[in-house]
Order: sequence, then C-alpha cells, then structure tokens
Amino acid sequence: MMMSDSKKSVVFHLGFLALLFLLQFILPAYHHGNLARIMVLATYAMGYNILFGYTGLLSLGHAMFFAAGMYGMGLTMTHLGWTAGPGMLAGLLAGGLVSAGIGFLALRTSGVSFMIVTLMFAQAGFLTILYFGEWTRGDEGFVIRQADRVFAGIDLSHPTYRYLAALLLFGICLMLTIRLMQSRFGHVLIAIRENEERTQMLGYDVHFHKWMAVIASGTMAAVAGAAYALLFGYAGATFASVQYSIFPLLWVLLGGAGTALGPFIGTLFMFYLIDLSSSLTTAYMLIAGVALVLLTLFLPQGLVGEWRRKMMPWLT
Amino acid sequence: MLEMRSVSSGYDGARVLQEVSLSLSAGEIVCILGRNGAGKTTMMKTIMGLIRADSGQILYHGTDLLDVPPHQIAGLGIGYIPQGRRLFSELTVAENLEIGLMAGGKGNATRDKVLGMFPRLAERLHQRANTLSGGEQQMLATGRALCLEPQMLLLDEPTEGLQPSMIALIRDTVVALKETGVGILLVEQRVDAVLSIADKVMFLENGKSQDIMPASTLRENPDLLKKYIGV
Repeated sequence: MMMSDSKKSVVFHLGFLALLFLLQFILPAYHHGNLARIMVLATYAMGYNILFGYTGLLSLGHAMFFAAGMYGMGLTMTHLGWTAGPGMLAGLLAGGLVSAGIGFLALRTSGVSFMIVTLMFAQAGFLTILYFGEWTRGDEGFVIRQADRVFAGIDLSHPTYRYLAALLLFGICLMLTIRLMQSRFGHVLIAIRENEERTQMLGYDVHFHKWMAVIASGTMAAVAGAAYALLFGYAGATFASVQYSIFPLLWVLLGGAGTALGPFIGTLFMFYLIDLSSSLTTAYMLIAGVALVLLTLFLPQGLVGEWRRKMMPWLT
Repeated sequence: MLEMRSVSSGYDGARVLQEVSLSLSAGEIVCILGRNGAGKTTMMKTIMGLIRADSGQILYHGTDLLDVPPHQIAGLGIGYIPQGRRLFSELTVAENLEIGLMAGGKGNATRDKVLGMFPRLAERLHQRANTLSGGEQQMLATGRALCLEPQMLLLDEPTEGLQPSMIALIRDTVVALKETGVGILLVEQRVDAVLSIADKVMFLENGKSQDIMPASTLRENPDLLKKYIGV
C-alpha cells in the first residue's frame, strides 16, 4: 500500500531523530556537547519558524520570548528555590504570557511596522533585565548551580543526560511542529502566509489565527530558553539582546523557511561555519558573511527548502 | 437578496465607486461590464468588506454588510473568487478544498459534490496548486469557494487567460450554479463569454453606474455595447 505524503514525512523525521540518537555514541566529546547545544538552539529556531516560515510574519523580537523562558525558569529556581520541573513550567508559562501580551499589541500593525514593534518590545525587555540587575544580575547573568540541575533524579549537567534531554526536547518540538502543520490549523496559517486577504474572504479570523501563531511560536522559543538555562547552567542578558533575535531568522533562512527540519540544519550549518572559520582567522565573520550571501543567492529556499523542491516535495 | 444602495468607496481618500446601486436575487446572473479601471473589482471588494464603503448600504437578507467584519461575510453565504484566482499555491488541491470546507463547517458530502462538478480536480487531489494549469487553477478557485455552499457568488474575471474549452466549462458551471438558486455577480471583460448566460447587465464607467438593463436587450441590440464600452 502506498504511504501518504504526511506519513512519509513523519517517518522521515522519526528516522532523523533516530540518527541523532545514534550519533551520541560515535561523536567525540566536543561535537557531542556542540550538538546538544545546537538541538536546543534549533528548538528556538523551530519556534521562530512557526511564525516566520509557516505564517509569514517576520519578527525581530523573538529574543524576548527566549529570554522569558530562560528567566522564568532561572529566577524561580534561584530566588524562589523551585526545582527543575516547576522551573521549566514557569519558563513555559512566562513565554506563553509574554507572547500572548506582545502578540496582542504587535498584531495591531503589519509588515515593516510589525518588525519594528517586535524589535522595540524586545529592546524594552532587554533593558528591563538590565534595570532589575539586583535580581537578574544584569549583563553578567547568573549561574544555575549544578546541584539544582536535576530532574527526576537525573543529573542534567552530565553530558549524556544533557544530550538526551536536548534530543527529547528537540524531538517533541519537531513532531509537534509537523503535527501542527499537517493539522487544519496549520493549513490556515500557511493559507495566511500565501494570501491573507483570500483567507479572510473564506471566513477565517486572520487576526486570531496570527495571534495563536505568535503564542505557539513564542511559547516554543521560551521552552528552548528555559531548557538552555537548565542544561547549560547559565542565564544572561545577552540572550535577550537583538543579536539573539536576528539569529533564528538567519538559521531559518539558511535551513529553509517553512520546513520542519530547516531550523536544525540552518543552526547546525551556521554554528559550525563560525566555529571552523574562527579557527582559521580572526576575521571569521567575513568568511561567514560571504558564505551566507552565496547561500542566499544560490539556494534562496534554504538548504532543506531546495532539497524538498528537488527531491522530496512531500516533506513537511 | 443582495442589494447595494448608493454605495461609494475608494482607496485612501480617492473615490473610485460613486453612488452605485444594484440588486442581485437568488438564481440570477448579473454581469458588470466596463473598461479597465471602471471600478468593477473595487465594487466586489467593497461588497466583501475588503474596501470600506464611505457611504451607502449593502444589504444582504436585511443585514447591512458594512456593519459585518470582513471575515464573517463569507459565513453569511457570500462567496468571492477574485481575479487571478489567488490559490494557496503551496497547499495541495485537497488541502485547498479542505480550507474552504472547514471555513464553512461543511463535510465530505460537499467535497464530493464539488469534485463531481470538477472531476479533473479529483484526479489531482495530492498535487500542489502551483503545479496546476490555468484552467485547473480556476476550477480549484471556484471549487474552493463552492465548499462554503454560498447563496451568492461574486466572480471576478473567471475566464481571464483561459483557453476556449475551459471558458466553456466555467460558463457551464456558472449556469449550473444559477439553476441551483445561487445568485451570481459576474465581472467580465469578454462580453461574448457571458452575454448569453446573463440575466441583467450593468455598465460601470469611472465608478458610476451608467445603465442597468436586461441582457436580452443587449443581445437584441449589440450596438449598445459600442455605446457603453466601445466593443
């Protein structure tokens, strides 16, 4: 019996997750650690992709959602003595609430104005973190003690468990994204990206769907932020800076906007591009910049996007 | 019944449509004729709430559409197929139809009815919309609007860029819909494609309604077309 396109896509991504699981047994310690970090950052990029890649809304303020999750978890653990589980939940809720509030206000605008408004909100969030330095430790940030980074008796600072936790988070969010985009709700988001006016004419409340997309996107970014702090033991204002709002945009563009795996491939590519070029020269950003320009010129749909166009049209 | 009463509308202060009045009953085909820039598309967008009217009333079964948010107008039973088809190109044929079905809360029976009208779509259910031919895209755009089971259908230049066999198919579909009681407002540049099926014709020039007459009058006096639109 022929497998449907959506099933093929699910099987392919499950296979990819199995590959990531197996990689931990063969990777050297350095790359093992890198891959765990990349999976968490790719989860952040996947959240961004829901809004940008699937819904067509370009935000320049996603660092505030990442930071909301990171500080929601870090502050409750540090100042309220919460454990990792409730801390993660606090990060998730913080991200959900911040994205609901910011989305409600920012979606009163569209296009370039939406980009500027999200950027301004993120800058306001960044400055708020610096202003309340007494609790957040401002620019310096704060460390989450190794003894606190334990979930259900498992030490998440241990490289093996950290890798597995990152893989679990990445895997859950990847499958959730696929499920979401194969659902009717996901199809409406894609329809909005393709033609907002037409979607409205079919009877959909476009504003409401876009708001839901901001919340889903922001909450996933926040979960990644909380996981980053938990797995790597640090929360700092840098993660709320404009740089961390630009990163997911680049990762998604490189990997392929509107593809489930694009954010991971983009993050992986850029992480190692900077890592390798910085070992060659101090002007590594120049190399990275040239590579990015070439990729954007010759693979405008991103790595996975081009791959899908040429070989796997059924890929979600 | 859909009724426009002295409706004026436009873009950023520039008035395009000026005090236009028109009525469309169930099972009736009204064709809007006019040169490029006459305000035909603006008229359709105004009915659908995409352009807010500056004055007048648009009544649909007693409800003034000017008080209804644009996304709720389709739910009242008014379908709109814009010029250029505007499909969701990255979605498959099945997914495009599903979006229409879901919006109208309709199920498989409606889907089967639509596919019965356009069997070619049934053969291409899993094909992405951007890989369809122009005629198939028009079928899909029409099929998707029909998934809402509208009582009134606004069609903006449905035959644009289509080959004669497709034009005939679209014309037959419009006639079939009329026979089921759907009221159709049709904007066309190709007079020959629609004159034989229209009940009423409205001439629009510079945003103003020049005349409304039975289509039979035009069929009997083709010279009138020259007077109004220079054809």
